[in-house]
Amino acid sequence: MNVAVASGKGGTGKTTVTASLASVWDGPLTAVDLDVEEPNLHLFLHPEIKGRETVGLTVPVVDEDRCTLCGACSELCQFKAISVMGDLVMTFPEMCHGCGGCLAVCPEKALSPGNRDLGEISWGRAGSVNFVMGQLRIGEAMSPPLMREVKAKLPGLFPDAAGDVIIDAPPGTSCPAINAVMDSDIIVLVTEPTPFGFHDFKLAVEAFTPLGKPMGVVINRAGLGDNAIYEYCKARNFPIWAEIPFDRRLAEAYSNGRIVAEACEDTRRIFTGLAERLRIVSGQKAAGREVSHA
Amino acid sequence: MREILIISGKGGTGKTSLTAAFAHAADRPVICDLDVDAPDLHLLLQPRYEQTETFVSGHEAVIDAETCEQCGLCADMCRFDAIVQRDGEYAVDPIRCEGCKVCVQFCPANAIAFPESECGLWHISTCRFGPMVHAQLHPGAENSGRLVTLLKQQARQLAEKQGLDLILCDGAPGVGCPVISSLAGTDLAVLVTEPTPSGLHDLKRIAELCKHFKTPAGVIVNKSDLNPDVTAAIKEWSEESGLTYLAEFPFDPDFPRAQVEGKVITEFGETALGALIKQTWTAIESLSRVSSRAA
Repeated sequence: MNVAVASGKGGTGKTTVTASLASVWDGPLTAVDLDVEEPNLHLFLHPEIKGRETVGLTVPVVDEDRCTLCGACSELCQFKAISVMGDLVMTFPEMCHGCGGCLAVCPEKALSPGNRDLGEISWGRAGSVNFVMGQLRIGEAMSPPLMREVKAKLPGLFPDAAGDVIIDAPPGTSCPAINAVMDSDIIVLVTEPTPFGFHDFKLAVEAFTPLGKPMGVVINRAGLGDNAIYEYCKARNFPIWAEIPFDRRLAEAYSNGRIVAEACEDTRRIFTGLAERLRIVSGQKAAGREVSHA
Repeated sequence: MREILIISGKGGTGKTSLTAAFAHAADRPVICDLDVDAPDLHLLLQPRYEQTETFVSGHEAVIDAETCEQCGLCADMCRFDAIVQRDGEYAVDPIRCEGCKVCVQFCPANAIAFPESECGLWHISTCRFGPMVHAQLHPGAENSGRLVTLLKQQARQLAEKQGLDLILCDGAPGVGCPVISSLAGTDLAVLVTEPTPSGLHDLKRIAELCKHFKTPAGVIVNKSDLNPDVTAAIKEWSEESGLTYLAEFPFDPDFPRAQVEGKVITEFGETALGALIKQTWTAIESLSRVSSRAA
């Protein structure tokens, strides 16, 4: 099973939920931090890092001797990353999305693949859990290419560890968030019952529903705010998979770098319950697939 | 004209609640919500929408099944795995399509159209503290950086037209494209963090981003009483790093209460926290004048 932990609003407790699930998970698990702009999972899982790799994006490099300034590259480029101005061809590598269009379209073979540093992938082990994270280079604007690299690298990293995957996703509902959740089997949305949390939760539901995956919500800091999210979930039959009460002791445990599932027995039970729910949903999904194939 | 941006790296540290309180403390700023992905400022400021426009940016490939000859070249060339086979026919997965046009360019049958994509809506509004510019990206849409740039241009035009000299912006979490776009032209970035390992870790990254783009920055620790040791560590790190340490705000249940009531925390009468927030705003204002002159 591949579970993505996402949210509309930031700071609702994605990393808390991911780390806690990892702590109580039964069976082999790989925890993946795909919040590459601000990865925090390692601060709670404390993995022993066994490998690192800098990854890049293919961007064009111009051979000016071959270039005839025909302009085919700049005409095709949708991102203003290559431009012919007078008798000069200029590249703006930081604008490039790495589509490879310019390299393919150049009739003179004047462009060759160069590299833009996207950031770093590191991996290791935290107790019995495999760990992988991407960390975007500061100044790099695009996180989806790095996220794609992390996902592509995943199968080769722990060849002996068939098992479940849990993804800590970035906040929001735009391209980085969608990229993080689109290959998962189940999406866990984490929110808090405040107007901000509820508003952004609705945006996330709207963004992720077209992916057609089972989704449920974990309500963190239950007791804060108001009842709007409960009414919404009830009216739409949207499953509430767990509730974590608003408790200053949990906030303090988090502030000391502790996994809240390990802070007290009550919280631990909440997460073992959530893990069981996810197993059931995953089983139902697999059964549904068998039925539809029969 | 000065531009002040409230950002945090980590989400949920209190950017929006504090931006709204600063908007109250300021003298008619142009208020600008640059979190176009999950905007919340309007929930507190309850603006009256005066103008709404669609935000069209970029394109999306669409395969015409009738014309397609099933050669599969598009699928081979797409670097984003956006060409999928559905019932034996090639189709574009709009969620993965980056709008790069490679498939359109190289399709030997000319079977791929390339319509513009509507990515969101943006608004010019008025709220009780001043004019407001804000937007909402469509769920799953791209080009948030371009929308941020557009909002900033609109805010500047509005400030000029109304003779206002301050733009107060609420930013997005993270350090990626919308945040980088929101730093352009900013005189002072106010970094709001919390005393947790994530808060400090993400503060370091957002501070490095500000340094990278040569934007002066100050630091506020919100919910500071949650962990006084980490708060002290953040203060020490900020001062060592040449950032102005602006203030510490304790956790206050009035923050969620303000959200529920659609109010700003400084609208609950005279409180100690309210006074501290106003005092901090005065410090931010004068710091932004210094950095604006220096620039």
